[in-house]
Amino acid sequence: MNASLYWRCLRAVIVREGLRFVHQRERFFAALVRPLVWLAIFAVGFRAVLGLSIIPPYETYILYEDYVTPGLVGMIQLFNGMQSSLSMVYDREMGSMKTLLVSPLPRWYLLVCKLLAGVLVSIAQAYVFFAIAWFWEVQPPVAGYLAVLPALVLSGLMLGALGLLLSSFIRQLENFAGVMNFVIFPMFFASSALYPVWRIREGSPTLAWIAEINPFTQAVELIRFALYLQFNGTAFLAVSACLVLFLGGAILAYDPGRGFWARRGGPAEQG
Amino acid sequence: MACFETDLPDRHAVPRPAAEPVLAVEGLSHSFGNRTVLDDVSFGIPAGRFAVLLGLNGAGKTTLFSLITRIYNTRRGSIRVFGFDMRQHPTQALARIGVVFQQPTLDPDLTVLQNLRYHGGLHGLAPAVIEERAAEELARIGLSERADERVRTLSGGQRRRVEIARALLHQPSLLLLDEPTVGLDIELRRQVLDHVHDLCRERGLAVLWATHLIDEARQGDGVVVLHRGRVLAEGLVDAVCVAAGAATLGQAFARLTEAKGTQKGTRE
Repeated sequence: MNASLYWRCLRAVIVREGLRFVHQRERFFAALVRPLVWLAIFAVGFRAVLGLSIIPPYETYILYEDYVTPGLVGMIQLFNGMQSSLSMVYDREMGSMKTLLVSPLPRWYLLVCKLLAGVLVSIAQAYVFFAIAWFWEVQPPVAGYLAVLPALVLSGLMLGALGLLLSSFIRQLENFAGVMNFVIFPMFFASSALYPVWRIREGSPTLAWIAEINPFTQAVELIRFALYLQFNGTAFLAVSACLVLFLGGAILAYDPGRGFWARRGGPAEQG
Repeated sequence: MACFETDLPDRHAVPRPAAEPVLAVEGLSHSFGNRTVLDDVSFGIPAGRFAVLLGLNGAGKTTLFSLITRIYNTRRGSIRVFGFDMRQHPTQALARIGVVFQQPTLDPDLTVLQNLRYHGGLHGLAPAVIEERAAEELARIGLSERADERVRTLSGGQRRRVEIARALLHQPSLLLLDEPTVGLDIELRRQVLDHVHDLCRERGLAVLWATHLIDEARQGDGVVVLHRGRVLAEGLVDAVCVAAGAATLGQAFARLTEAKGTQKGTRE
């Protein structure tokens, strides 16, 4: 099969997602303002409350702003993954997803295209945030900005795949609030994004254990280590494994022979 | 997987029996849970035929479209497009189908041209081919000047025509339209119907036009009467009227559906 067909399809999906993102300026600002609020307000207040010891990958005492930045980049990707999930459900309800699905390319590939397009958008957001954080004096090694790129790709893929998988379970748009309550918030708060796991352990060993097996913690640690020019093997393996699991699940769920399409007859089945 | 590039010169020379229609549906049944939506549906559409799929709401038209476009898989029976079985060769079959769905599926925030480019890309068309064909199709529907305007600014009728243009971009052999005149006024309905009839005649397209509006079937069209998941009659409009002993298609439809499809004898 001609590889250029696959490339043209991928390019078309990326261009469309990019254009949609640019056109929805409020979405761009919301995606940027959210972590900035955490950095500019929450981190300042929290700095005095939370004492941080020197833990890898850091080699000196750091300010809380330094600690929380990789977590906030993770948050950008988490929200972006859920945003793609939301737009999948929306497209399904509105019928525009059918346009994608009648492409002659295999459906798993169409899902991967969607996923990659979402990851590119999330990486663009992450770098804008890094740039603003630089002026906030969160200044990791310059080479770290390059080293973090593969970590962002992997974590973005994993969180995007989670979003795709979730979108196959969400029957209607209204149920999306449930995703916020039961997925995004627990994943974000029960993770190492805002406080190190050893700190959580002081409060609750159970919660620390949950935080350790939380895929989002692994994504944040992968980003954190890469940003300081170190490689976290455990996090890499955990994020990769979750990616395979979530993407595999999403591909099964969107398979025309099983999953919700066959079960309930697709969107707005009328006649 | 074989190449499905739609601009191959020999794409119409696909080996198939001479009598094989462009779309052949045979013994197709489908159910969701215990609810049978399609029951042993069979019909065919030859090249150049404008066929109206006539049925009330809930007759199973949308499910039939979802199966023909492989939104989900056929479980019983078969669907062949240009001789390609939808289950065994979905790539080749889908590459030959253009679809206009019931719901509007253009992205309102993108321009007309961006929408067409997106679709062309999904079908693996080269950018130069997309530009050329998009220009042709837009000129045909008289919307060339609006190419760089957002879809949001177009009227309902214009959007429908753009959707038809989009469905033709990869030069399909079979055009499927699911209630494409919903929400259009009488004049726009007539225009869209004329437009698709012209396409059918000029390009030899096989068209399946789903509707519940009997007056959308014209003299010389094919008709497939679908009622509660079963085909009650199939053939040219005149032949179906004669077979039902009715003067008009409206009467024929009323007679056929009164019998609720229990008499399989009405089928050809």
